[in-house]
Amino acid sequence: MEHGIFNPMYPTQFRICRVKKETHDTSTFEIEPENSAQSTSFAAGQFNMLYVFGVGEVPISISGNPAKKKRLLHTIRKAGMVTNAIYKLKTGDILGVRGPFGNHWPLENSIGNDIVIAAGGIGLAPLRPALYQLVSQREKYGKIILLYGAKSPQDLLYKQELAHWRNRFDVEVKVTVDSASGSWDGSIGVVTALIPHTHFDPLRTTAMICGPEVMMHYTIKELLKRNVAPENIFLSMERNMKCGIGLCGHCQFGPTFVCKDGPVFRYDRIHTIFGKREI
Amino acid sequence: MQTLEPYLTEHPFLKDLEPRLLKILVGCASNVRFNAGQFVFREGEEANNFYIIRHGKISIEIFAAERGSLSIQTIGEGEILGWSWLIPPYRWRFDARAVELTRAIALDGKCLREKCEMDHDLGYELLKRFAHIITQRLETTRLQLIDIYGIRK
Repeated sequence: MEHGIFNPMYPTQFRICRVKKETHDTSTFEIEPENSAQSTSFAAGQFNMLYVFGVGEVPISISGNPAKKKRLLHTIRKAGMVTNAIYKLKTGDILGVRGPFGNHWPLENSIGNDIVIAAGGIGLAPLRPALYQLVSQREKYGKIILLYGAKSPQDLLYKQELAHWRNRFDVEVKVTVDSASGSWDGSIGVVTALIPHTHFDPLRTTAMICGPEVMMHYTIKELLKRNVAPENIFLSMERNMKCGIGLCGHCQFGPTFVCKDGPVFRYDRIHTIFGKREI
Repeated sequence: MQTLEPYLTEHPFLKDLEPRLLKILVGCASNVRFNAGQFVFREGEEANNFYIIRHGKISIEIFAAERGSLSIQTIGEGEILGWSWLIPPYRWRFDARAVELTRAIALDGKCLREKCEMDHDLGYELLKRFAHIITQRLETTRLQLIDIYGIRK
């Protein structure tokens, strides 16, 4: 960034402003740039490389509202060396940030369509920016349907937002968990089981999916059964991203690089390699 | 008086069923309702019905002495509840309880079992359709078992 030249390999310093606990192993980190002139613009679906100095980098989807420029939000599950190190940081500590990288959800190209968003577990994080944007331009779309699955009620992210979207009455929110006891009176079962009983026009529907690949695989299967066209199904892929700009090859996915050509892919363009164990 | 025939004809579970066979089913169908918290059936009881849910939600539960009632699946609008009526020993394998006010069509399985014995076309059609339901339930149970949300970081 020195001399005003953008160098995608050079991290920018961001300060942690707030940490919001979402579940027992997942929190949302709000960060803002040390240099207030630093841009925080991003498109829904993009990711940043977060750098804990002296430990390493990890790719994390941006989970906040694209219209709110001051701070960036990242929802992070404690899962490896770098994310464990991020959890040791406190409000006021510094993180290195490179990005935003990758492409975005096809919100502009979906105007006029019904929108089905299917998320599994922490897969709701990269989709939340899309939901904020869809809701802010509600009149441009047909039905907006969120199908969200998690292991248990305790594992659900963004409970306040889920309640808020549900209360709008112009967003259909269906949440399901694998198992529950006690006070849970929502649905129980996998997220794919919600699809056959959800009403949308398959001929003018855009589906956006994010979750573990096995969840996306079965979700796509159900959407295809409902006659949603493969070219209208989009999924966010995850691979071992390192450089973020398609140079290092760590995130190669068949003939593409997830960091540069993705993470959002149109299903018909990857259907021959999606789910292949050799890839 | 309006019968349940128009609703059953349109229902995906009975799609393309021969009119003659549909008439048999209509003859065995009745409207039922369950208030929130009311049991539809309990594990071990005789299984003599199946249900097409029109509105509401039913929880399928296992009772574990140390942990109370554990809900393993919910069945909602348009879905089919109950297949134990078709498979010996014709006893419910789980509890089913209404989570909220639920309206459904009950089909008399005991009567249908006898009709299936006499009319194998009816028996084959129902078995094909229930095999599909059972397969779906098995598939979703397997997905629940592997924790399909737990891998992505």
